Amino acid sequence: MRRWLLLALWPLAVSAQEVRPSREFLSPALRAQQEDPSRHPGWLWVDEGEAIWRRGERSCQSCHGDISAMRGVATRYPAVASDGALLNLEGRIERCRVENQGAAPFGYESEALLSLTAAVARQSRGMAMSVPVDGAAAAFLEEGHAFYETRQGQLNLSCGQCHDANAGRRLRGDVISHGLGTGYPAYRLEWNGMGSLHRRLRACSLGVRATQFPLGSREYLTLELYLAHRARGMPVEAPGLRR
Amino acid sequence: MSDIIARITLPEAARRGEVVTVRVIVRHPMERGFDGPGLTPVPRQILHTLSVTYAGEEVFRMALSPGITANPYVEFTTLAVETGEMVFEWQEDGGAVYRRTAQLVVT
Repeated sequence: MRRWLLLALWPLAVSAQEVRPSREFLSPALRAQQEDPSRHPGWLWVDEGEAIWRRGERSCQSCHGDISAMRGVATRYPAVASDGALLNLEGRIERCRVENQGAAPFGYESEALLSLTAAVARQSRGMAMSVPVDGAAAAFLEEGHAFYETRQGQLNLSCGQCHDANAGRRLRGDVISHGLGTGYPAYRLEWNGMGSLHRRLRACSLGVRATQFPLGSREYLTLELYLAHRARGMPVEAPGLRR
Repeated sequence: MSDIIARITLPEAARRGEVVTVRVIVRHPMERGFDGPGLTPVPRQILHTLSVTYAGEEVFRMALSPGITANPYVEFTTLAVETGEMVFEWQEDGGAVYRRTAQLVVT
């Protein structure tokens, strides 16, 4: 009896083990370009973000010091703030800007916020994702997981039906990855520019003809947390390079 | 002449007579322009020429076309002759000229 139970659990255990870094799904040419700052257009945004970090009277640098102090930060986001709100890196930067710098928020998907987020995330490049999911984050994680597993849209697909069941196979001339957010903000060739994970998730929602949620919405934030948890141990690739 | 965001990658130092690879990527939308019924026409605005001088002499020139992607990346090689400045100059539709420089150290 116990043996049968183990056998029944086997496929689940395998699929959990199998999650691979997004870069392994890139073409060799794109992967090489992603690893090479001299050929990666995303670095144009990183440079700008580092300039923003130092800019102004109450700059990021005036509190945090050199941007290299942000090493490892991106591996721990999204995270629950002291007031119980779930914040991703973009949200954390915007809040810091409003509360501590007394400045107007950049706005989600603005070039300035994308640049700064990319510059901060890059400090963790290559480090393993290890987002905390205990305590206050547990409820958000569960919500994100439920979103991931829910069939949505006219095509009636859940995230996992592509990103678990069909990862590695081709869709529209591209290879389906395990759907990790580790490369975002990423330079996407289709966009001719940098974009956030939520912009990418909106494209995913559109792809299955489901409701597209706003950038920074609770649905995408909790999903981002689940994706980050799913990516635990995987390297941060931001700024990524995607098709 | 206004500012432009570009990344120029050169070897840290080169020996005299060595072939060096120069990589340059520039931030630009390379707007190819469009017009049509019911559309507000958008004029073409691309960087149409990139020219590079090294130690006062032109070593590279390229005509860029509207079919080239935004944020164009260019790679070329040149011969290291002496320590000197490389001047990268992009000409944009409408007459704007953008310039960036980098130092090539020859030992």
